[in-house]
Amino acid sequence: MAEPTVFRAEGIGKSYPGVRANDDVSFAVRPGEIHALLGENGAGKSTLVKMIYGLVRPDEGRMFLLDAPHAPHDPRAARAAGVAMVFQHFSLFDALTVAENIALGMENPPPRRELAARITQVSHDFGLPLNPARRIVTLSAGERQRVEIIRCLLQNPRLLIMDEPTSVLTPQEAELLFATLRKLAEAGTAILYISHKLEEIRAHCDRATILRHGRVVESCDPRAHSARDLAAMMVGGQMRQIDRSGRQAGEVLLEVRGLSMPAPDAEGTALKDIALTLRAGEILGIGGVAGNGQEELLAALSGEVASRPGTVTLVAADLSAKGPEPRRVAGLLAAPEDRLGHAAVPDFSLIENTLLTAGARKGLVRRGLIDHAAARDYALAVIRDFDVRTPGPHVAARALSGGNLQKFVIGREVMQSPRVLVVNQPTWGVDAGAAAAVRQSLLDLARRGAGVIVISQDLDELLELSDRFCALNEGRLSPPVPTEGLTLDRIGLMLGGAHGMEEARI
Amino acid sequence: MIQLVPRQSASNTWQIATPLLAVLATMITGGLLFAIMGHNPVAAIRTIFWDPLFGMASSYSRPQLLVKAAPLILIASGLAIGFRAGIWNIGAEGQYIMGAITGAAVALALYPLEAWWLFPAMVAAGLAGGWAWGMIPALLRNWFGASEILVSLMLVYVAQRIAAWMAFGPMRNPQGMGFPGSRNLQQYPSASNPELIAGTGAHWGVVAAAFAVLATWFLMSRHIRGFHVRAAGTAPRAARFAGVRPAVLVAFCLGLSGALAGAAGLFEVAGPAGQITDRIGVGYGFTAIIVAFLGRLHPVGILLAGLLLALTYIGGELAQLTMGLPAASVQVFQGMLLFFLLGFDLLTRYQIRRRITA
Repeated sequence: MAEPTVFRAEGIGKSYPGVRANDDVSFAVRPGEIHALLGENGAGKSTLVKMIYGLVRPDEGRMFLLDAPHAPHDPRAARAAGVAMVFQHFSLFDALTVAENIALGMENPPPRRELAARITQVSHDFGLPLNPARRIVTLSAGERQRVEIIRCLLQNPRLLIMDEPTSVLTPQEAELLFATLRKLAEAGTAILYISHKLEEIRAHCDRATILRHGRVVESCDPRAHSARDLAAMMVGGQMRQIDRSGRQAGEVLLEVRGLSMPAPDAEGTALKDIALTLRAGEILGIGGVAGNGQEELLAALSGEVASRPGTVTLVAADLSAKGPEPRRVAGLLAAPEDRLGHAAVPDFSLIENTLLTAGARKGLVRRGLIDHAAARDYALAVIRDFDVRTPGPHVAARALSGGNLQKFVIGREVMQSPRVLVVNQPTWGVDAGAAAAVRQSLLDLARRGAGVIVISQDLDELLELSDRFCALNEGRLSPPVPTEGLTLDRIGLMLGGAHGMEEARI
Repeated sequence: MIQLVPRQSASNTWQIATPLLAVLATMITGGLLFAIMGHNPVAAIRTIFWDPLFGMASSYSRPQLLVKAAPLILIASGLAIGFRAGIWNIGAEGQYIMGAITGAAVALALYPLEAWWLFPAMVAAGLAGGWAWGMIPALLRNWFGASEILVSLMLVYVAQRIAAWMAFGPMRNPQGMGFPGSRNLQQYPSASNPELIAGTGAHWGVVAAAFAVLATWFLMSRHIRGFHVRAAGTAPRAARFAGVRPAVLVAFCLGLSGALAGAAGLFEVAGPAGQITDRIGVGYGFTAIIVAFLGRLHPVGILLAGLLLALTYIGGELAQLTMGLPAASVQVFQGMLLFFLLGFDLLTRYQIRRRITA
């Protein structure tokens, strides 16, 4: 053995019914290394880390932690061996304080005072400002993530696994996180970093193991390759070029003025005096970290929530008081972020799911009567034109993969030829190939003269698609700026929601 | 070790198989119960499920099947729509009583007027009475967020008190020699709901129940409102996105199921029962909940389940008469049916797998 490793996998294999999730996966993580695990959704990253963390057991192969065999039965055993993991979705109790949440995750929590002191110590050492007495509900996404990280660090892990940690962070918060990870790495902890964001991996990771269809296709130094090369390795071929050409801004289609709305519930965000105009052929990008009013803005535009008269106008028609159906008839369509349960009914077939929004514009429902044959034809058309991979239109929406369902949802709206389409997180959790197809369809829609609003957390996506950019922060929308020549730094400042930035600089 | 694994989508086979399994399990467990009580289980089951249709007294009991099934089916058809939408009207019994009272009130107020329009007017009043009683929990839920389960259930007891008051007070038969209870509508030609075809038990309520089955089937499978009801039940946010206003849906479902229950009450009071008494509510409104679930909330299933539950009513009575089984045994039977149904329902959503643990 040439060099020491913290973690080593040799020939790991795992099968699920019908899927080979991992096949002969071997890689090694060295001490002090930030090691990226890169791949599309469904490439086998999650399965792999679940095996390391003891949530799933491999069918074949061996793992070693610090050269000792590593075969944890459950996460508790994995933690005892020195593996810690920060999940993409937090598991924190909103009503409890930081310290209480951390104590709940420990095997033998020390007395409260001592624990608080240790939390403060660790947060100071690694530049993660956090007050142990604060309640989770008052924390931003970035701060919640710090709670999860500190919970891991208190176990003194040898290997820290991070699952897409920056998807909920502003660029500044992400920078802060990487500074912390670097300190950790220098202290000897190996870090396994899962992501599909190429630029951040190139900027911060020492090595990258790239997975495709469950197999390791490449293990390389990400800094030695361009983002385009990495993407090509990830998807196994050339990335499709996005075509932005052929669009002209025309007449004003949608006008939003003085849109204010109280928060729908305790976790919601109030909308504060939102104003925007959208022209024909234009794509307006709205960036911001989730939870800053994105869902509420979409609901106000889709008609799920009515607003004061004169706040939402589509080509001189005041739609503020109208529900979703009259707005669709007028040409204002929307696709919410949550595919299962909001944009589509999980238990309904794709045919039935066309009826959710396309009844009026596509003539699938006349005088209240459902034309099942027409609905079926429309479902088939969406499946064909948007390359939705499904055994057929009778399949329940929940049986489709995230990317395929997203293509169906976007296709269902785009093929109704809306005048204005509002989409929230159109490519969230969607693999690169499907994401490119969805983005291209939005550009094509704008080229045909529709106005498109893209609400997204993915700044690369917004820069790629939109002509103008606004930031949504705590329910306020910034004035739009042209996307041309906009840098990520500038966007980060616009987003402004970098909680705890000042403390962090100390 | 046995493990429950969630299914990707609900199994169609089990959707149909579970009610049958539940009926079978009820028969077996019921038989055991009767055996413990010292009766011959086979004879008891036979008396309840077979004799009413094909036994010696079947010429009397067979028409009773439609008489008892009609209100169950009529009420369950309305309830099932609400249940599909996740709106739980547990108080159909109260809406049934109120429909009977308001419908009978029209006839009693106009007695002894004979007119062709009297019975239709009573039906309209019965629908309206049930609707209004159903709208109380709907409005309380929409305005104050009150649970429609509790409010509709509590209103059953209010309705029962009103029925008692009516029977002893305002609606008491002036020629009834002081006995509680209203005039007998069976003896009031324009107001009565007679057997339409002799020997079948079929009265206007049976016609209405058949119509309700067809109409709810059409609504749920062909009409966009039925689609919205189903969507709201499984994915409320998606239904909202489609354009469903939750408050409107609550009012629609509770109003509709209340109106149908009210109509069932009217057909009963003008027909088989004949008069308003303090015992006008005999539990159809509660049994209809079992009918709705046993019928998988599907109109055709409700039709079959209504007939089956009617059979347990009649068979239970018969078993009381001929075998001396206690009256509560019918309710035990119906309760077991719902219990087993909900238990076996697990199989439509989950698979049972055996896991070999190392």
